[in-house]
Amino acid sequence: MLTRRIIPCLDVRKGRVTKGVKFQNNVDLGDPVEMALAYSDGGADELVFYDITASAERRPIDIGMVEAVARSIRIPFAVGGGISCVADMERVILAGAEKVSVNSLAVRNPSIISDGAKAFGRQCIVLGMDPVKSQNPSCPSGYEVTTRGFRDFTGMDAVEWARRATDMGAGEIVVNSVDADGTRAGFQLEVTRLIAEAVGVPVVASGGAGRPEHFPEVFRETGCDAAIVAGMIHSGEYTIAQIKAAMAAAGVPART
Amino acid sequence: MIAIIDYKAGNLTSVKYAFDALGAESRITSDPAEIETSDRVVFPGVGAAKSAMENLAALELVDVVRRVAPAKPFLGICLGMQILFERTEEDGGVDCLGLLPGVVRRFPPAPGCKIPHMGWNSVKRVAKDGECGFMPAADYFYFVHSYYAPVCEFTVGVTEFAGVEFSSAVRRGSTTAAQFHPEKSGAAGLAFLKGWLSC
Repeated sequence: MLTRRIIPCLDVRKGRVTKGVKFQNNVDLGDPVEMALAYSDGGADELVFYDITASAERRPIDIGMVEAVARSIRIPFAVGGGISCVADMERVILAGAEKVSVNSLAVRNPSIISDGAKAFGRQCIVLGMDPVKSQNPSCPSGYEVTTRGFRDFTGMDAVEWARRATDMGAGEIVVNSVDADGTRAGFQLEVTRLIAEAVGVPVVASGGAGRPEHFPEVFRETGCDAAIVAGMIHSGEYTIAQIKAAMAAAGVPART
Repeated sequence: MIAIIDYKAGNLTSVKYAFDALGAESRITSDPAEIETSDRVVFPGVGAAKSAMENLAALELVDVVRRVAPAKPFLGICLGMQILFERTEEDGGVDCLGLLPGVVRRFPPAPGCKIPHMGWNSVKRVAKDGECGFMPAADYFYFVHSYYAPVCEFTVGVTEFAGVEFSSAVRRGSTTAAQFHPEKSGAAGLAFLKGWLSC
């Protein structure tokens, strides 16, 4: 049976993994390659690296880091942040990443999704989005897409954007709830479910995980295919094995 | 020396890194002479069947693959497994290499099953794995694909998705092929590749 994936997320700043709440108060957590190895050995199904300051600083992604990770681990990983064109995607993929993730860039320039899918296959192209609860009449689902680390409101409906991006060739959608991010109070179930029901590609829940029980909950309540974990394992408070055990106990298929 | 065939069908870096990790020397190549003289051949592949077959033809590798697959240890991966079959439904129907019997088909729509079939799924060994068999009895491997190869007399591993049981690993003589990505399948994948290297 196809298992539900647990994906640790590593935010990288200046070659170090950091963690902050809503992009503030960043704390140094360690070396990306060492952490990737530890999580891979610890049962992670996949990893995602966000070069969180790359876009703001207008500098390209750290390809040396991507290569070092690809040499060290034997599980798939995605890279996001710092991608500005198809040539950037190609560099990341040739360095050994399985997938590239685009977020703000795709809002500004949606054709990057179709261009990337055409060049590398849609399974390589991940659309990340940061939806927030919204009263904006242009967002009938009640969720609006934000960009640039939650700083800009786009007026775009999150569910509509997920559908459109999928039509253009996105092979997976990461739904990172602005409302839940950093709260550790559980995933934002509604927006995750709305998007998982609206598209025919895998959906990844992101933002808000604080306890192992939050994972079986999001899988059962939303139909998502994977979920991202960060702070609760980075802090050493919980392990991936505990998350997998909570899934198994709730009857959610997990690779153990 | 292991020749990893480069026919412009996806990224081969991870495959090479996996063999590096096992201490096995490999080269990414599209040179027919190098492929013919290598000890072992890996035939990877990600992407669409039609362009893969066209690229193989343009690089004059069709006959090379047909010759080496039955003659020396050969490992097809993902699309590199699918195009070993007679034909695929992909891209409106494409004739393939015909080294394995059957037609590769698209997964049918099934409730709750998103296509591509992407992620970790279990592979179960079928009885006739042979004396040099290196398939684990059952383990999880990483998959990314929308089309599947049928179960046939050469199937050594099966996986279930969208209500279909398909060939996730096959072996015919010196030819081994896997639908999953051993190079992305953690410890299970490395053990599979190590088994292939000793076979």
